[in-house]
Amino acid sequence: MLSLENIINGIHTWLNNTFDPTLALTCEFVLLGITAIAIFAVLGLVLVLMERKVAAIMQIRKGPNRVGPFGMFQTVADTLKLIMKEGLTPDGADKVLFNLAPFIVMIAAMLLLAPIPFAKGVQMWDINIGVLFISAVSSISVIGILMAGWASNNKYSLLGAMRSGAQIVSYELSAGLSVITIVILTGSLQLSEIVNAQQNGWWIFKGHIPVLISFVTFIIAVTAETNRAPFDLAEAESELTAGFHTEYSGMKFALFFLAEYINIFIACAIGATLFLGGWMPFHIGNWEGFNAIMDYIPSSIWFVGKTFFLIFLMMWFRWTFPRLRVDQLLNLEWKYLLPISMLNLLVVTVMAIMGWYF
Amino acid sequence: MFITNYIKEIFNGVKSLLTGMRITGYYFVHPKEIITEQYPDNRATLKMANRFRGEVVMIHNENNEHACTGCSACELACPNGTIKIINKFDINAEGKKKKAIDTFVYHLELCTMCNLCVIACPTDTIKMDQTFEHSVFDRSQLTKVLNRPGSKIKAGVE
Repeated sequence: MLSLENIINGIHTWLNNTFDPTLALTCEFVLLGITAIAIFAVLGLVLVLMERKVAAIMQIRKGPNRVGPFGMFQTVADTLKLIMKEGLTPDGADKVLFNLAPFIVMIAAMLLLAPIPFAKGVQMWDINIGVLFISAVSSISVIGILMAGWASNNKYSLLGAMRSGAQIVSYELSAGLSVITIVILTGSLQLSEIVNAQQNGWWIFKGHIPVLISFVTFIIAVTAETNRAPFDLAEAESELTAGFHTEYSGMKFALFFLAEYINIFIACAIGATLFLGGWMPFHIGNWEGFNAIMDYIPSSIWFVGKTFFLIFLMMWFRWTFPRLRVDQLLNLEWKYLLPISMLNLLVVTVMAIMGWYF
Repeated sequence: MFITNYIKEIFNGVKSLLTGMRITGYYFVHPKEIITEQYPDNRATLKMANRFRGEVVMIHNENNEHACTGCSACELACPNGTIKIINKFDINAEGKKKKAIDTFVYHLELCTMCNLCVIACPTDTIKMDQTFEHSVFDRSQLTKVLNRPGSKIKAGVE
């Protein structure tokens, strides 16, 4: 049967048979890099279009519908426009930091692709501390944002960047605590093992209400961490024009824009892996026939489907809720999410020790 | 009690958020609700709102007659000099001179569609039309003459 795993194994064997191992490894690295960049580009285009369409329909509009069928090539046209625009650097800006910042944000997003299991047996780097790696690297992007805000030499940019810093520092806590509940239930930080533990049911079903609570906390926290509405205080176009990327134009702006959408994809992919079983098909107990049908759907489709479901959920939030004030944002984290997720962690620990899950 | 209020607050908060999400979710699964006019595509069936004012026109009947007496009330009423009335003197059947309109000049580029001229008109000869495709390549094309060539005043209008 043709699957992503077989194709990758085929390429691997062919490269090793044709070239010597060092060259084969180099080839694989190059291929991997090209694939990662291609995934980035395609995802950026698809997600921006999806966002605009979802936003339009939720606001009783039609959205992009002129460029190509259903406006499918709108984002391609936008990207072409951005590539052709001049990348300005303001006179008073710190030139090195200003030009470095978009790449830091982008690289942080790229690093996060490494430990995610995309399909059965398709994983760039099956590191045994995958969850820790993700929560560590995902905080790097805030350095890029702070850099951009500071180097722009602009009050709005600096305010946006400082807000973003405060936001990520506080929401990292509840995101971490909600991820830890799954780590406790699985007993492993390795993402492939977390997926394998969900073979007889996804954690969101196996773990009852406590895991559901931590799932909700996780979604709220990652929405805040990716700086998306209703937590888009770092951009807040009505208050800060565009926040930390006010001074950016052309391709550098496009990199920030792309990194935002890649971060959304990665956050949702992690959510899908931890709570919704990653590439694991949907299985119900002992219904052999049903389970066999579900197994027939390729694992990559399952993964992409779950991820896009979560992305849709985040878009749904964005186009429904108004933006929070800074104090409301911090209240939500420190007074509600953090105590609840701490208590929840305790409950899950008891559950895991007593074996009160399926 | 504090803890009861706390839980109640969370519950109410989540409930109100879900109410909002239900509305947007409803619109998402009902694309028929879209209210945007697809303008260039629906030009044939486009219906403007009653209150919409596009430009000032002069009403002519089928004999190319209008009811404008050249009284200049609209010109006086206009707050920004959009209308300019040029009069002439006709000789009527009894040999008397009578004031009549020669050219009704209307500067669309200056008009703010305030409707004051239409209100001021004693014979109701001008009205607001609902056309809106006014863009042209040259500003001078926006200066219009409202009375049609060869048109004359309706009999019986003083």
